[in-house]
Amino acid sequence: MLVYYLDLAIRSLRRNRVLTALMVLALALGIGASITTLTVLRLLSGDPLPQKSARLFYPQLDPSPKNSAVDSSGRLPRTMTYVDAMNLLHAHRATRQAVMALTQAKIMPPQAHAHPFFSDGVMTTADFFTMFDAGFQYGSGWSTADDEGGSQVVVIASFLNDKLFDGADSVGRMVRLNDHDFRVVGVLKPWAPQPRFYTLGLGGDHYGDGDAVFLPLKAARALKMGPQDTECYQAVDDFTHLETAPCEWLGLWVELGDPSAVAGYRRFLDGYVKEQVALGRFQRTETSLLDLMGWLRDQHVVPDDVRLQVYLAFGFLLICVVNTVGLLLAKCLRRSQEIGVRRALGATRREIFVQFMVEASIVGLAGGALGLAFAELGLFGIRHQPAQYAHLAHLDPAMFAFTFVVALVASLIAGLLPAWRACLLAPAPQLKAM
Amino acid sequence: MDIRPILASLRRHRIPAMLIVLEIALACAVLCNAVFMISQRVASIHLPNAIDEAGIAEVTLNGTDPELAGSDIPRNLAALRGLPGVQAAAVVSTLPLSQNNWGWGFSTKPEDALTNRDSRNVSMYFLGSGGDAALGLQLRGGRFFNDGDYADSHFDKSPLPETHVVLVTRSLAEKMWPGQPAVGKTMYSMPHYYTVVGVVADVLRPYIGDVNSPANYDAAFFPMSAAGSKGALSHYVVRGAPRDRDRLVREAEQKLADLNPGGVAHGRSYAEIRRGYFADMSSMAWMLVLVCVVMLAVTAFGIVGLTSFWVNQRRRQIGIRRAVGASRAHILQYFQTENFLLSTGGVALGMALAFGINVYLMHRYEMARMPWFYLPAGAIALWLIGQASVLGPALRAAAVPPVVATRSA
Repeated sequence: MLVYYLDLAIRSLRRNRVLTALMVLALALGIGASITTLTVLRLLSGDPLPQKSARLFYPQLDPSPKNSAVDSSGRLPRTMTYVDAMNLLHAHRATRQAVMALTQAKIMPPQAHAHPFFSDGVMTTADFFTMFDAGFQYGSGWSTADDEGGSQVVVIASFLNDKLFDGADSVGRMVRLNDHDFRVVGVLKPWAPQPRFYTLGLGGDHYGDGDAVFLPLKAARALKMGPQDTECYQAVDDFTHLETAPCEWLGLWVELGDPSAVAGYRRFLDGYVKEQVALGRFQRTETSLLDLMGWLRDQHVVPDDVRLQVYLAFGFLLICVVNTVGLLLAKCLRRSQEIGVRRALGATRREIFVQFMVEASIVGLAGGALGLAFAELGLFGIRHQPAQYAHLAHLDPAMFAFTFVVALVASLIAGLLPAWRACLLAPAPQLKAM
Repeated sequence: MDIRPILASLRRHRIPAMLIVLEIALACAVLCNAVFMISQRVASIHLPNAIDEAGIAEVTLNGTDPELAGSDIPRNLAALRGLPGVQAAAVVSTLPLSQNNWGWGFSTKPEDALTNRDSRNVSMYFLGSGGDAALGLQLRGGRFFNDGDYADSHFDKSPLPETHVVLVTRSLAEKMWPGQPAVGKTMYSMPHYYTVVGVVADVLRPYIGDVNSPANYDAAFFPMSAAGSKGALSHYVVRGAPRDRDRLVREAEQKLADLNPGGVAHGRSYAEIRRGYFADMSSMAWMLVLVCVVMLAVTAFGIVGLTSFWVNQRRRQIGIRRAVGASRAHILQYFQTENFLLSTGGVALGMALAFGINVYLMHRYEMARMPWFYLPAGAIALWLIGQASVLGPALRAAAVPPVVATRSA
């Protein structure tokens, strides 16, 4: 029976080619726009570390005095002072913990006549790699002893290893950073979580290829490598010694195994802040411990414009669906007499309804296929935009399937009203009119 | 023209009529908001900025030894000034819209300093000798820095410069000392204080909020000697005629790279800086334009499709009207009026919807309130589109010969 309906539907669609083309085109444009924007939104609001994100937490506290200019937003500072970051790090109250700041590193290639270039670097501590599941291609991370001793060691990204050493095992070789030699202890496998969650609040881009070098904080600071972003909450006499200045510039991440560990860390953090208040260092007792996805939401990582685009695209899709409803209805009412004949020959209302829904879904599938082409075109356009995330905009299999779901649902909704009208037609008046 | 028969006929075709109304309403709501968003982005992209944007080429030079800045900078500048077509060259700490921001809290009272809510966050620009001329700053009162101001100024351990003079933008002067002349006033950030020696036309900050933010021009300029700059001066600005600019970018970059083999030189024109800063906004604006055009086309096609069907369905009725004396103009008018009535319904609903969406976006996304004239403008646009789309089918209807009435369908 369905084959017969398909045949009928295709005949009917071919009878009004212009009208059919208009319906398919409108639906395809709506679907293309919504899938394109939705792909970008999904890309931007995705989980950068799905296997681990629920166990990673970002503690925040506030060393600034009451009536401070820095806190007029009523939000906690995004970063910590060196003193607090070190106190919390050395307390070892979490399974793993690492502090970090972003820096710009001047890298001198070993090849003769090569020009130096700048790359993003992370100044951090030993647990960084295991905590964030950054896998090693060669070698490993550095030890806590390297942290404390200020060893001039470095972990480099695979893309930098390709550039400097043609991808060979470079462990033990030297890299010249900011005119100082660092010994390579590890080379990462390609690792670039999107968004670059661990640098939120530290300055720098949220998306992109990731960082080129990772070095121990103490060693980097000894060579006067500075953080990308610094917030000071009091007059500063000595900006060169950020370790003692009333300035926030470090992020701390902790890994906590289970809910009881989270509750325990929360208590520890509150206790720490109360202790600092008692010592007279702090005046505020607010703390926060957001998990990774919570922190991304809190920091509005997804630009508002991207959400607005999605709303707009779905508003547009709605217009296209209403348009399709109108055109399908026009077509179906024009065929009143045909329906009358079919009813008179014994077709039930249900069969008429199914026939029209089949016709609508054919329009939907065609709209979906063409919509997919439009979405690919849209994403191609986005990949050629200068935005940081642009080159990551690709249609994945899930979105591919979802496109057809959207197309089918949209066309079936569009088909409901015309099909319902069609199956309600009384056969007698139609036959009489012939 | 009597609209009663039109209303009576529309009542008989309630669903198609409602669909047209709904489509126009949705299109009107989306169109008003989208055009408003476009206008906001276009306004941002064209924010005024009182420097010589058309003539400036910039080269950033990083990674050189800050201890040698005292001899490097004069040598580099002398080389840049030797390039053909250079009218002025200087080194500054940052440029408007370069994203490289150094902000600090300042107040009009010595006791406020950084820790007080009344202090104002100001973006600091450090100018090497001749920076005012190289940027093309426009003096609105007082004076520019003199050689003595440049020579005296340096960095110590504080993030604030050791100097006692400052230039402020007109916006900042107006906010800090409303209604008073700013020249001669003092701004404080414990334990530093600076006397305003001049007021310049509004220059944008290196990093700005949204287009309507009142703080977009809160900027101040400090003199800075090459020897005391401690690496803070890294943006070389070369000013020339706009037609020389792209050549100057290349030549200045090459020159600084040759002179400083240990550093990294990167050149671009100021126009590129502005384009880069607003790149996301301009691509969003283009996307909005595209969606608006396609959406209006889809709406128009929908109206054409439904009206054509309508006309076909009523060929006999039209024939009868023609037979009893209606002119072609009457028939044409009938369909035009019918569409006008439907559009009016749609536009009324659409304006309410547009307003509602705007209020929601204001709450949710810090969007500004849509000016009232967007609503009537959207209404007129959709009226015109409706009339244009209905014209074809209506002309076909008017062409129905009266003799059709006498035939059976």
